[in-house]
Amino acid sequence: MALKTEEMVLNMGPQHPSTHGVLRLELQIDGEIIIDVIPHIGYLHRCFEKHCEAMTYPQVIPYTDRMDYLASMYNEFGYALAMERLMKIEVPERVEYIRVIMGELQRIASHLVALGTYGADIGAFTPFLFCFRDRERILHLFEITCGARLLYNYIWIGGLSHDLHPDFIRLTKEFIKDFRPNVKELNELLSYNRIFIERTANVGVLPIETAINYGVSGPNLRASGMKWDLRKDDPYSVYHKFDYDIPIGKGEKGKTGDCWDRYYVRVLEMDESLKIIEQAIEQIPDGDVTSAIPKRVKPPEGQIYTRVENPRGELGYFIISDGSINPARVKVRAPSFVTMQVFPELCKGFMVADVVAILGSVDIVLGEIDR
Amino acid sequence: MMYDWLYNLTGSEILAMFIVSLLPLFVFILPFALFAVLMERKVSAHMQDRLGPMRTGYHGILQTIADIIKLLQKEDLVPTATDKILFNLAPLLAFIGSYAAFAAIPFSGFFIGTKIDLGIIFIVGVTGLVVAGILMAGWASNNKYSLLGAMRAAAQIISYEIPTLLIILTIIMLTGTLSLYDLSEMQTAYFWNWLILGGPAVGLQKILLIPFMIMGCLIIYTSTLAEVNRTPFDIPEAESELVSGYHTEYSGMKFAMFFLAEYANMFAVSAIVAIMFFGGYQSPFGYLGNTLGWTWLVPIEQFFWFTSKGLFFVFVQMWLRWTLPRFRVDQLMAFCWKYLIPFSFVILLLVGLIALM
Amino acid sequence: MRDYIYNFWQGLYTILIGMKVTFKHLFVPAVTIQYPSVKPQMPERERNRLYVNMDDCIGCDQCARACPVNCIEIETVKSIPGEDLGTTSNGKKKALWVTTFNIDFAKCCYCQLCVFPCPTECIYMTDVYEFSEFKREDLVFDFVTLLPAERIQKKKNFEEMQAKKEAEKIAAAKKAAAQANKPPEPKQDKPDNKEENI
Repeated sequence: MALKTEEMVLNMGPQHPSTHGVLRLELQIDGEIIIDVIPHIGYLHRCFEKHCEAMTYPQVIPYTDRMDYLASMYNEFGYALAMERLMKIEVPERVEYIRVIMGELQRIASHLVALGTYGADIGAFTPFLFCFRDRERILHLFEITCGARLLYNYIWIGGLSHDLHPDFIRLTKEFIKDFRPNVKELNELLSYNRIFIERTANVGVLPIETAINYGVSGPNLRASGMKWDLRKDDPYSVYHKFDYDIPIGKGEKGKTGDCWDRYYVRVLEMDESLKIIEQAIEQIPDGDVTSAIPKRVKPPEGQIYTRVENPRGELGYFIISDGSINPARVKVRAPSFVTMQVFPELCKGFMVADVVAILGSVDIVLGEIDR
Repeated sequence: MMYDWLYNLTGSEILAMFIVSLLPLFVFILPFALFAVLMERKVSAHMQDRLGPMRTGYHGILQTIADIIKLLQKEDLVPTATDKILFNLAPLLAFIGSYAAFAAIPFSGFFIGTKIDLGIIFIVGVTGLVVAGILMAGWASNNKYSLLGAMRAAAQIISYEIPTLLIILTIIMLTGTLSLYDLSEMQTAYFWNWLILGGPAVGLQKILLIPFMIMGCLIIYTSTLAEVNRTPFDIPEAESELVSGYHTEYSGMKFAMFFLAEYANMFAVSAIVAIMFFGGYQSPFGYLGNTLGWTWLVPIEQFFWFTSKGLFFVFVQMWLRWTLPRFRVDQLMAFCWKYLIPFSFVILLLVGLIALM
Repeated sequence: MRDYIYNFWQGLYTILIGMKVTFKHLFVPAVTIQYPSVKPQMPERERNRLYVNMDDCIGCDQCARACPVNCIEIETVKSIPGEDLGTTSNGKKKALWVTTFNIDFAKCCYCQLCVFPCPTECIYMTDVYEFSEFKREDLVFDFVTLLPAERIQKKKNFEEMQAKKEAEKIAAAKKAAAQANKPPEPKQDKPDNKEENI
């Protein structure tokens, strides 16, 4: 006679050290094996989309910062780009270059948080602080440029709030020089560590078909082996002028699309971002960054969908204008939100400890999921 | 010995026994725990390019004392749904388990709690109480995370006792003694007499023994690391998964007891490694006291060597903790059963053959 | 079997590499600073607490309208003829008494949107970042330089003037009505209600 067993429901979150914010996961577990995961979101809902309707167009920008708070620059970038396309504003070349530099620095900063916290999720705390040490330098670059460290309100419709700080180029070059060995160190300390590989390889495998079916984008999709990057596939700004690769997951340590691939694609992407920044700094033209900023942002009636490659994937803005100074609708296609949907698929059959590993590897930001 | 000396001094058996049994606690465990917590914080901080606590005293040396005072002041919280008796008993049991182990550890030739012949077996046995404490804590807390942590801890500690014991068995086989005092005395004089370098054996036998001894040392170090739940084997309290495992619900002094037990255990297992492979309290290059003719200096020197060896291994434990990620529970088991146990069996067998030579 | 040995070796080797890295870092100087005793140098563009230079403020309300969180509250009173309010540093003539200029820093999101539209550059962000309070009300900063009694006085002055005007108007209207014997035309006189576009 078999013993009667019961499944246990375990609530992970909203206050839990590794749910990356206020996500609540309802885990159905059999011993330590996951049977089902039900994510509950909305603990950080701030009515971003509805709120925008009461704002003027420039006033939306500080709010976009607060969606994906680890990649604020890129949120502004996407919004500004959408508005410029809607209003048909020609942006000076220098602005585009600065935006690309800022965007790529932001991508590195965001990936550093992702990699660092991933290390902490797996149990290695030291890489976390090493990553934050480097991120701090990027934040300092942002701080000298626009005065804020996290929520910049820097990229405006048609331009930028400030020109680059005189020291910016020098400090960025120094940062790039110091950062490359640090990436190598991170690889030695964490990426190639056998225990880390054991924990992440072959865990939470996301097959490419599933990824496409769910609409996963960004590093998570690339880790599954698809070479899809909006910077190359739907070019915007001046990205076509630079020479860089799109790293994809190859399944070096396990199956393609496992946690290690998702982790390592981010490591490689940081390197590519460094390349872009180096080239952009060399080529950056002179000019006035505020010349194209419209005095009154009053777009013509119409609608636009613009997407950019955020550090987490495809960030889309759908803006409907009714010709007034307030947007009629701002809809955001948040990459983390889409990734969250595929998360229960990834977890089934793994262990409680793997849920943490998988959640860390898909790199969600709750501010963006809940908006 | 300490006991005889105290007996002569006080003239009372009970008093002498009482003082001897309390000495390790007050002279050693409490100061050590205070120091080790600070050391942990400082080591981790400097490895991470930080400074660690800096505000209490010079470079924060009083930080742990401040922490202890804070913990003492805290409300003794017992959640409603807990099993009260077990909940209150668990930290005691965990602490007793780790404290009792110190009774048989020879801090120097002069200062041993009790010179029992079964020293090593006593330590292994009595530290088993810690498992009971942890399991009780996890169950009594009535918290799913605690329960998971306790289950993991029980499985882990019991599995890892096997390789530990196999290596201990090897050493027993080689030296023919179970007493830690005799074991230390055997490795006297110079560091080439330490068991990691083949011990007192000579010639070909010694050379043959060295690789196995090094392997054995690594294995026992790893498995004792798992027994005290340190990273990379800290899955029972895996911070990022189980919040903090079996002691999630504890606060105040009860939490401090678990904490104290953990640090005391850290030293206990380091001491075992030091005694078994690195000569225990024996100095690596002879004693200054002997050369100068000051015999009273020798026990102090021995105490110094013993604590420095112990602290070195504690430092390595911390070093590992701040370097490595943690295993998953099944990998942890696999590591024990697939790697450590077969390896220790091979060592047991081959060392036995070499010893027969 | 080969995998078995290789795995073991890899594990040991990578752990040693990791230990090398952390050991190296034991001797790297700390990158952190001892915050309350050592304070970081703030960049010149630092965006922290707002400051309003009331000598220059003309009470135009543009900052309050630019604010996305409505944390700025401005009330103005028209000066009565004969009062001299002085000029701002860039030569604009002031015409309004600013009787309320509150910024609620509990609401402020430090976005700097209020700074740019200011015509006299009197509102700007400083590098003061330590201004926490125990009560939320204490975070409402009042920038008005007028004394409370003066504020009431200014309001009263304006009301009196308004009342006088009104009375004059009514009197004039009555006179006109009496003269022309037809209902008086409603005259609108609301200088405060000037619509401004952003």
